[in-house]
Amino acid sequence: MARTPLTFTLNDAETALFVDEGANLIDVLRRGAGDLSPKQGCAQGNCGACTVLIDGELRLACLTLAETVEGRRIDTVAGLAGGPDLHPLQAAFMDGFAAQCGFCTSGMLMAARALLDRTPDPSRDEVIEAISGNLCRCTGYEPIVDAILDAAQRMRQGGRRAAQ
Amino acid sequence: MLTVERYDTMAEAAGAIGERVHYLAGGTLLMRAVNYGYPGIDRVVRCREVPREIRTDTGGIRIGAGATMADLLASREVEFLHPVARLIGGPAIRNMATLGGNLFARSPYGDLAVTLLALDAQVIRAGGAAEPMESFLAARDRARGLVEAVIVPRVSAGEFRYAKVTRIKPKGVAMMCAAVWLRGAGRPSDPRIAWGNMGAGPLRAKAAERALNGASLDEHGIAPVLAACCDGLDPQDDELATAWYRREVAPVHLKRLLLGGRR
Amino acid sequence: MTSVEFRKDLFADERDDTLKEIGQPTIRQDILGHVTGRTAYYDDHLFDGLLHMRAVRSPHHHARIRALDTSAAERMPGVRRVVTARDVPVNLNTLLSLINFGRDDEPFCAHDKVRFKGETVAWIIADTERQARDAVREVRVDYEVLPHVLDPEEALKPDAVVVNEVYPNNTFDYHELYDHQKMRYGDVNAAFAAADHIVEAEYQMSPIEQAPIETCGAIAAPEQNGRYVCHTNTQALFFSLGTTAKLLDLPSSRLHFIGGTSGGGFGGKVDSIVEPTAVLGAMLTGRPVRFAWDREEEMQAGAPRGAERWRIKDGVMRDGTIVAREFTGFFDSGAYMRLSPYAIVKCVGHIPGPYHIPNVAANVYCVVTNRTPATAMRGFGITAVDFAIECHMDRIAEVTGVDPVELRILNAYRDGDMKAHRRVAKNTALIECCQVAAGKAGWPISAEAAAQSSLTGGGTPDRVAIPETVTDSEGRIGDRRAGRVTETAPAKTGTGRVAAGTHFAAVGGAPVQNPDMQIEAERIGHAMGSAAQAPMPQSPQPAPPQPAPPRPAMPPASAPAAAPPRPQPPQPPAPQTQPSQPPAQQPQPQSPPPAATPDRPYAPDKPFSRGTRRPGSSPFLSGTRRR
Repeated sequence: MARTPLTFTLNDAETALFVDEGANLIDVLRRGAGDLSPKQGCAQGNCGACTVLIDGELRLACLTLAETVEGRRIDTVAGLAGGPDLHPLQAAFMDGFAAQCGFCTSGMLMAARALLDRTPDPSRDEVIEAISGNLCRCTGYEPIVDAILDAAQRMRQGGRRAAQ
Repeated sequence: MLTVERYDTMAEAAGAIGERVHYLAGGTLLMRAVNYGYPGIDRVVRCREVPREIRTDTGGIRIGAGATMADLLASREVEFLHPVARLIGGPAIRNMATLGGNLFARSPYGDLAVTLLALDAQVIRAGGAAEPMESFLAARDRARGLVEAVIVPRVSAGEFRYAKVTRIKPKGVAMMCAAVWLRGAGRPSDPRIAWGNMGAGPLRAKAAERALNGASLDEHGIAPVLAACCDGLDPQDDELATAWYRREVAPVHLKRLLLGGRR
Repeated sequence: MTSVEFRKDLFADERDDTLKEIGQPTIRQDILGHVTGRTAYYDDHLFDGLLHMRAVRSPHHHARIRALDTSAAERMPGVRRVVTARDVPVNLNTLLSLINFGRDDEPFCAHDKVRFKGETVAWIIADTERQARDAVREVRVDYEVLPHVLDPEEALKPDAVVVNEVYPNNTFDYHELYDHQKMRYGDVNAAFAAADHIVEAEYQMSPIEQAPIETCGAIAAPEQNGRYVCHTNTQALFFSLGTTAKLLDLPSSRLHFIGGTSGGGFGGKVDSIVEPTAVLGAMLTGRPVRFAWDREEEMQAGAPRGAERWRIKDGVMRDGTIVAREFTGFFDSGAYMRLSPYAIVKCVGHIPGPYHIPNVAANVYCVVTNRTPATAMRGFGITAVDFAIECHMDRIAEVTGVDPVELRILNAYRDGDMKAHRRVAKNTALIECCQVAAGKAGWPISAEAAAQSSLTGGGTPDRVAIPETVTDSEGRIGDRRAGRVTETAPAKTGTGRVAAGTHFAAVGGAPVQNPDMQIEAERIGHAMGSAAQAPMPQSPQPAPPQPAPPRPAMPPASAPAAAPPRPQPPQPPAPQTQPSQPPAQQPQPQSPPPAATPDRPYAPDKPFSRGTRRPGSSPFLSGTRRR
């Protein structure tokens, strides 16, 4: 089977590998690059468990033909924490009980990060819209929405502290 | 066995399209079929350069086929399409799904195609040939080649109305959707009514359009429109609703659209 | 110990009852893994040389398999092995055979017939998932399409097609006597005659897919020492291990199951299908094999909460007091039994809901149809009938004009009341629940209703006494198919009467299918209940009437704990007025389990030391060796 060489940046790390024709990005990230943080829930774009950032834009890895990410930058939950320090979203999810089985959490965190990157002070409706492509079967969403709003507040306060 | 072919220009890519060969646009529908190994996909064609700009052109606004739903939402030029694009998928899907792909999406997808049908849009094929949306949609399954852009008339917010009926909010697929172009601020003049998921593809309700022509937008004036609402449509039973249910509720949604403005 | 007590009593020495957690924020112990993406689900274990397995599934609801041709699939690129029913060592099972409940009725891989759309007829193992999918389409199955039945009441008609030959009446056979689970308490028909209103209605609930975000899946790989490791997202690890051991005819000591982390389950991951499939694949190829359902399989072939239909008929007095309640229930079990008949036992124990009603009757049918088999989902056995009951309470409120909340308080059960399944209600809280709900919702209730308490007013002589009960013997196994009985509701006229105060004997489980599965007290490291605590009748004589307090009801799961003499099958329930009937003959399973029965099963010199043996600890069984 023909295999295509592919290089991209995965959470600051240069990554080079070969992919099968027609392979999707979720498979290449997990089995090729060994980043198991994005999950596959449906492989048809319904659940959002495989949500990643490609060049800062929210994308579904299961519906992305792997070879289209040549030379691009991919961010996953594995790179969300800065070294040993959790990202405020991660801390807020932990404190707010915003995960139960945890399978949707990777996608939720990436969708939330994409929101907060552009909208530091989102309304509740904006948060709901931002995670509308991510299904959760356990929590009923309320703790997730609360945690994202909490994280936004922590980040704004953190930003002010840093500015002072 | 699946192979992927890459081309530099739309014209080259268009030449490669054929039997069991599919063009990869945003991937939201084609990659799903690839992932599930649906039969009938031997080759996938990619193009490195796909026009996605949105600009004023002769005859209206030209939207590149590669424009995503997010691109539409970011453009002031096509503000009247925002209510349509906003209800398609979640943010990630809207960053991926393209206008060009939506023109070929099968039921229950393809909300934007329904809208463009109601707006009498023109389809520009790779190579430059223009075609009305209605004849394009009717022949899309047999068509070879690629769409390069769509030209849509500039419409003021008040004269275009759109409703999407879903089982799940805010992200569900359309059980049905309706787009109405009243054409004119007062009584409708040569209006358009298009439906999604009320037949095999996007369909105009021509009998209802005739009844709406010159009608006053009140309960009494639109009664003939509602009576003719489903004439010429062909709703089907599927996972989302029965044909009977669709026929029952279509006039209700059309009435709300015509009387209430946006829903 | 006179009855099953509460956890806080059972585990009194393990907790200090400070309850510092409730109402306080807490950090889940596993959440750091979730938010960093490091939690390892079954599919997060990478293996070199991993093969991918996919199922060939039936496109028909019901069809005979005339021929299966896998030759084209075998020639497809990347295909390592085509697996069919012939490769399955023990190709007939029922999930609850591990607790001796029900007959083996489900082939692991269909070979003679398919009984639901999506049933497995073969598997492909290939180098990539895509190759496996391509090869699946090349398997040629010659189906003779048969008529199918998708509605439970259609399936009960005499001329209905037989879906599953193991249950030729399209019903689960209860206690080897009836085609439905029967409950009789008092005399509903006399109470209906005396009631001011009769309120009747039917309620239908759809099948519901558990829809976990992570679909069912497992990866199995050969380990050293002839063992197979299996990473799985099962909700019931030892259940899956036991099922795998049985289907693949392996001692469980050769199976190394790793699980406990699952991306949602909600009952949809107890059916133990993916684990034996993956292990079978690893056995046949000697390679790591991944078997994972895609979303379409999860929806079509994955077992949902079953559909249920309920008809409720109530006799009600003008003031809202309910004097009689009659149920006719139909569980759509789908093509195979799995957990449905057991759910019905649970359901009938719950009837008539959290209310004190002096006359109750129920006929509940576990019906075989050509739908996807049903299984567990959150409170299954209770949920649908509660939905029906509470809708019905609102109807009664409308008919009588009584406030719906006050109607519930008026009829609520209270501590000390006898329930229809002849156990005394304890720790009841419906009244308080209604009062709090009314308060939160700003719903005004009368001062009298607000003053009620679950702690008082219950257990009075008239509320604790078991009434004289009218019985009948309608719906004996096979009568419906023979056209001798058509009515599904409880009989209008009784044929017998049971004296007031009668508790009846506890119901035993089905006979064990393999002598090796018989639980022997000396092989288990638990403190066993004494003979005095064991509710299993030791002789064929019906149990004598018992005075209150009642003995613990014994779910079939724990019935074998009584360790009856091994050759003797458990007794039918034998209501006192029933003429003694020989148990109905079980049809022979299509492929009997292996007959390897040593003269004397393995017996340790001394009991195993594992398990709970603390004084006062629960006599619950937590499992037995299978081989």
